[in-house]
Amino acid sequence: MSALFSYQFFLIAFVCGAAISLCAALIGTHLTLKHFSMLGDGLSHVGFGALALAAALNLAPLWVAVPAVLVCAFLLLRLQKGDRKNADAAVAMLSAAALAAGMITVSLAGVSFDLNAYLFGSILAIGAADAPIVLCVCALVAITYLACFPRLFAVTFDEDFARACGTKTGVFDTILALLCACVVVLGMRIAGSLLISALLIFPPKAAMCLTRSFRATAILSAVVSLIFFIVGLFASAWLNLPAGAAVVAANAVGYCLCRLIGALKTKKTKS
Amino acid sequence: MELLTVRDLALSYEAKTVLEHVSFSVSRGDFLCVVGENGSGKSSLIKAILGLIPLDAGTIERAESVRAGKIGYLAQSFAIPPRFPATVYEVVLSGFQAKPGAACFYSAEQRRAAKSALERLSLSEFASARAATLSGGQRQRMLLARALCAAENLLVLDEPVAGLDPLVTHELYHLLRALNREGMTIVMVSHDLSGALGFADHVLHLQKTALFFGSTGEYLKTPLGRRFLSPGKKEADA
Repeated sequence: MSALFSYQFFLIAFVCGAAISLCAALIGTHLTLKHFSMLGDGLSHVGFGALALAAALNLAPLWVAVPAVLVCAFLLLRLQKGDRKNADAAVAMLSAAALAAGMITVSLAGVSFDLNAYLFGSILAIGAADAPIVLCVCALVAITYLACFPRLFAVTFDEDFARACGTKTGVFDTILALLCACVVVLGMRIAGSLLISALLIFPPKAAMCLTRSFRATAILSAVVSLIFFIVGLFASAWLNLPAGAAVVAANAVGYCLCRLIGALKTKKTKS
Repeated sequence: MELLTVRDLALSYEAKTVLEHVSFSVSRGDFLCVVGENGSGKSSLIKAILGLIPLDAGTIERAESVRAGKIGYLAQSFAIPPRFPATVYEVVLSGFQAKPGAACFYSAEQRRAAKSALERLSLSEFASARAATLSGGQRQRMLLARALCAAENLLVLDEPVAGLDPLVTHELYHLLRALNREGMTIVMVSHDLSGALGFADHVLHLQKTALFFGSTGEYLKTPLGRRFLSPGKKEADA
């Protein structure tokens, strides 16, 4: 195991992937409870389109992807709050359109583009130059999340009461959308645009099988997300599997295990 | 001292007028029951008092102690999603969300106050239970405890006994009366007139406008109060 850490790319993937997984789990707890689970999926497809555009225009990927995903996160969240039924369709349409636009842009520009890495992630995607940026953004996401935790909970649990208390619910929804956009842009490089939403959904859903309180759910979600990521990353290295797919598979298996443990726990309590 | 003064209020919902020319006031220590038939504008009035919907006309003057963030609110029929991971204590504590000190984490004093609200409403033993697992009566008490954490002087309750059995309803009314006697001002919308009017000292009867505003005793003497309390008589008179 220690031999793997002697490779710089593995060390970077491990540290950055762990930080991204932690942030994704925290944000995902609120997204799943607010029924915004597909937001991450939609945004990752927008991210793919933006990265393709950046490649075609020979621009730095993050400088194009971050603003594009931030704007879409904000718009999709507004839409989801206003018109829930149409918002569902809007996310699906935006996802498909962004993927198609990305593919057409790359095709027309004739640039070399590692499609597989962008769609399914790559352990090599984060270079030594990007790592500090990724870690700084993750730290910023985590600090913002912790600073807003009581009100994010309040807005997630009962928005009407929060508004009655004078809480600016729109502000906290926007913060959530922006944090989600940051996590998606960073995470899609390791997990890929097709798989990043799994990092947002599986850990909180797994934690919810085992906990009663919101705080415990957020903490456990972060812990299991870290475990799933480490298991997935090492499995990919040992079994020579694509990193993104292995991490998502670990999340899926982990979720099933937590669900099983949760069901057994409930059965034991009832008997 | 007036906590709330409503003057010539008009409200609309989806371009349809739901209330107009409504004037009344609530003094410190009042227990006001807002009554009226379905669609008479009761819930819209509550939302306007809380500042959740814009006014078409008129004014609502609030004393400093009942400005946004200082009113305890219990909404009509709030359903907790069955799998939502939140304990009773966490829900009650969230009543302090708008208070200073709750920006990052709740203060020790707020935690103590939340525990005390739980104790007050006989919910201490359920503090670490999942909120979604409570019975209807326990859930309303939990939401009332949360409203108490938010309230400084005024509780605004929208149909607090809707869906509760008579025994639990009676307990909740007694609890509200006890809070009122301790100085808490209460504005409550209710359909359960025979129960609610036994505890309220003022009545506001709405039917797109204020048909009556005054003491409960006066209201019960009016034909309006008598008819509203016994709908069968209304039909017979007609």
